[in-house]
Amino acid sequence: MSALTLTGVSKVYGKGAGQVYALRAVDLTVEPGELVAVMGPSGSGKSTLLTIAGSLEEPTDGEVTVGESPVSRLSRGERAALRRRAIGYVFQDFNLLAGLTSAENVSLPLELDGVAGRAARAAALVALDRLGLADRAGRFPDELSGGERQRVAIARAVVGERRLILADEPSGALDSVNGEAVMRLVRETCQGAVAGVVVTHDAQLASWADRVVFLRDGRIIDQTTPARGPESLLDADPAR
Amino acid sequence: MSVRHALLALLSEGPKYGLQLRDEFEARTGEVWPLNVGQVYTTLQRLERDGLIESDGEDEVGPQKSFRVTVDGAAELDTWLRTPPDLSAPPRDELVIKVLVAIRVPGVEVRDVIQTHRRHAVELMQEWTRVKRDAGPDELSLALVIDAELFRLDSVVRWLDTADARLRRAGTVPASGPPSALPDPGPVRAVEVRR
Repeated sequence: MSALTLTGVSKVYGKGAGQVYALRAVDLTVEPGELVAVMGPSGSGKSTLLTIAGSLEEPTDGEVTVGESPVSRLSRGERAALRRRAIGYVFQDFNLLAGLTSAENVSLPLELDGVAGRAARAAALVALDRLGLADRAGRFPDELSGGERQRVAIARAVVGERRLILADEPSGALDSVNGEAVMRLVRETCQGAVAGVVVTHDAQLASWADRVVFLRDGRIIDQTTPARGPESLLDADPAR
Repeated sequence: MSVRHALLALLSEGPKYGLQLRDEFEARTGEVWPLNVGQVYTTLQRLERDGLIESDGEDEVGPQKSFRVTVDGAAELDTWLRTPPDLSAPPRDELVIKVLVAIRVPGVEVRDVIQTHRRHAVELMQEWTRVKRDAGPDELSLALVIDAELFRLDSVVRWLDTADARLRRAGTVPASGPPSALPDPGPVRAVEVRR
C-alpha cells in the first residue's frame, strides 16, 4: 500500500475565459519510507499539489489516496480526522502559535484529536527530544532561534502516528547550515511507515529526497532516476 | 588542485614520509581526490630541487625517507594560500553552448534540453547529498568538499532555471507548446559578440 497516490489530479481556478489550470492530470505515487521532492518555478503548481495531497483543498478532477483512504469518499469529519492523525504539515513560516509553549504547540494536534492532555504532552516531549529540543519544551516561540522554531514545527508535524509529512519550503529563510539540519531531520523522519513530500525551488533542499519530481505548468514533466550510488562519485577521476 | 601546495601544507605540521603524505592528503580531502604514490614522490623530488622542502639524507626517494618544509617553502605556502584562484569563466562553457545551440536547431525544444541538464545536475546533487548524509559528524573535510560540489551544481541548476524563465519571457518558447515554435536567433548573436 502506497503512502500517497495522486491519480489524474487536476485543479482549475476560475471559470470560463478566466480559467487557470494549476494542475493538469498529475499522477504521483509515494511509497512508505520514501521522501519525494517536487521542484518547479513559481506558479508551476507546487503548493497546490501539496495542499491537495494534504486534503486541505479538493481537486477539480482525479483522486487522492492517503494510505488506504480515498479522500473524495470521506465525509468532512473523516477528512479532518485524517488530517489531524495521519498527515503532518511543515510550512515555510513555521506557523507556531505565539501564546503556546513549544510542548503545547506540538501536543495541540493530538489534543484536538481527543488524546488526553497528559498523554499528548508525553508524546510532544518525545517528539521534541528526538529533535534535540528537550530543554526548550517550556519556551515560547519568541524565545527560540529561527532554527529551533523550525524544529518545533517539525516536531509538531511528526508527533503521534503520522504517516505522511508534507513540507512547503521547509527551511524557510534559514541559512544553508540550518536549512540542511532541517532537511536531515525530514529525511530521518521519512522511514518505515512514514513518507514525505517536500515542495521547493531549491535544488540543494530537493537533493535530500530519494526522488525529485519536476513540475512545469501544472504537469509533471520529468523525475530523477534512482541513484547510481555514492561509489560513482568517489571513484571519480583523480584529475578532477 | 595543487598537489604541490597540499604536500607543503601537510609538511608544515612536521616531518613526514611519502606514503604518510599520500594517506593524509586523501583523508584531508575527504578521499574525494585519490592520489597515486608515484605522483607524491615526483612532486616531493621537485619540491626538494626547488629548495622548498629538505630530506634527511642522500638516499633515493622511498618509503624510508622523511621530508620537512624549509623557510622558503613556508613562505611559498603562505603566498599560495592568499593568492586568489582563477575564478574567471571558462572561455566556452559546454552547457551554455548546448543551450544556445538548442535555441537554433529546428525540431529541438530548448526547454526539454534545459530539463535534461537540470535533471542530470539534480541527480548528481542527490548522490553528493547521500554521501554527506552517511558521513560522520567529524568528517569535516568531506563535508566541506561536498558543500563545494553542491554549490557548484546548484549554480548550474539556477542558471538553467533562469535561462528557462528568460526564454519563456522573451517568447522564444511557448508556455507548453509544440516544438515547431522556433526561436529567434537574437540571443545567440548577442553572446557571439561577448565571446
